[in-house]
Amino acid sequence: QGRIHQIEYAMEAVKQGSATVGLKSKSHAILVALKRASSELAAHQKKIIPIDDHIGVSIAGLTADARLLSNFMRSECLNSRYAYDSPLPVSRLVSAVGNKSQIPTQRYGRRPFGVGLLVAGYDDQGPHIYQTCPSANYYDCKAMAIGARSQSARTYVEKHLDKFLECSLDELIKHGLRALRETLPQEVELTTKNCSLGIVGKDMEFTIYDDDDVQKYLAMIEGEERSRAAPPADQAAMDTQEGEGQQPADPQPADPAVEEQGMEH
Amino acid sequence: MDPMLNEESSYAPKQTYFSPYAMNGGTCLAIAGEDFVVVGSDTRLSQGFSIFTRDLPKTYKLTTSTVLGACGFHGDVLTLTKVLNARLKMFEHEHHKKMTTSEIAAMLSTMLYHRRFFPYYVYNLIAGLDEEGKGVVYSFDPVGSYGSDGYRARGSAAAMLQPLLDNQIGLKNQQNVQRVSLSKEKVVNLVKDVFISAAERDIYTGDAVVVHVITKDGTTTERFPLRRD
Repeated sequence: QGRIHQIEYAMEAVKQGSATVGLKSKSHAILVALKRASSELAAHQKKIIPIDDHIGVSIAGLTADARLLSNFMRSECLNSRYAYDSPLPVSRLVSAVGNKSQIPTQRYGRRPFGVGLLVAGYDDQGPHIYQTCPSANYYDCKAMAIGARSQSARTYVEKHLDKFLECSLDELIKHGLRALRETLPQEVELTTKNCSLGIVGKDMEFTIYDDDDVQKYLAMIEGEERSRAAPPADQAAMDTQEGEGQQPADPQPADPAVEEQGMEH
Repeated sequence: MDPMLNEESSYAPKQTYFSPYAMNGGTCLAIAGEDFVVVGSDTRLSQGFSIFTRDLPKTYKLTTSTVLGACGFHGDVLTLTKVLNARLKMFEHEHHKKMTTSEIAAMLSTMLYHRRFFPYYVYNLIAGLDEEGKGVVYSFDPVGSYGSDGYRARGSAAAMLQPLLDNQIGLKNQQNVQRVSLSKEKVVNLVKDVFISAAERDIYTGDAVVVHVITKDGTTTERFPLRRD
């Protein structure tokens, strides 16, 4: 049917990676990411990578491929500063990534990059969020989430999309964290260990907040009820754990986890 | 230049020569204190008897705790600065920390020596705080030889300034003087005076002097006018 399966398989790798969300306001673009640890002994894998003073990315998928792409992006940014004494516009960087990603989808003996990126940047045109795919497509987004169970985050973000433009930075971060929280299974919570935050804006160079630095923002959404009202179909025992489903602040009304069924891990 | 003076007479063969370098003048100096560093440079860019601009400082901020002073051929100064800034960023990406003053100095030395057979015509000074917060100054020759000093002047008026600094800061050739640690204010005033003296006698130094004071709290910058002749 004109489908290139290898590319679809590569995109599957992105869907298996842990979730990350990107959103922007009039003045800032932020990335929130859920860090996964391969075992109790291992550290949580870093998800957000700084590219330049005005651009950062968060990754979902094969970390090794992500490293390659991010080194390429860093080099492009450095060259632009060297040659033109000015920061590389985000759209130009993303299209360079797209062009580079297309080559291994067509050349003999190579495989597509198994990583999706969310690129957050600030340039003359304002803040940007872009999504890149192993298919070499890239999308300019108002907000986006990729990775495992990211549909829940996308749903949250779609609901609150209109609020983002005029949001303050703190409010924007709260939305981002709530969206990320939507992707978590029942017992799991956002902690300083598994949550990572990246912010870039008009007067703010791309800065990553890890570990203790995230605590301040997690505290802002601490008391809020999660809207994960309905338990998964096969776990009746979960009912007893719920005290949720009410409308405290702005979590959405009874939104049965219909979309969860397809996304088992 | 020559043919203009005797147009009618000599048509003797003359060899023309393109030089890849030019002397753009300017002076910079750096003095290290107990917990601070002072870096100053004049702002005149010249060639021959002409002035290109009166407003081009020869100091470049590299990190919050390190400043580069560079005089000589300005084309090479610009390129060297660009490459340095790129290398600084690359280091940060790899090591997740900013380069320290001594690391920058070591790297600059290797960068300069790589061009041993077509050198950057730049006389460099690196001034900053070391890992313990003490002031340190490194001075370089165009091919990368370097060492740390307590104070150093570089550029067209260096030969005039260095002996004066030797006497006032190094307390050389003075009898019965106590070594007192110099305060920031005293050093800044000394730098001002020293540049004023240099502007009197060196034609390539003048217009204004820009002084940076680097402490653990950051860098402050001041500008003072100099003779414009």
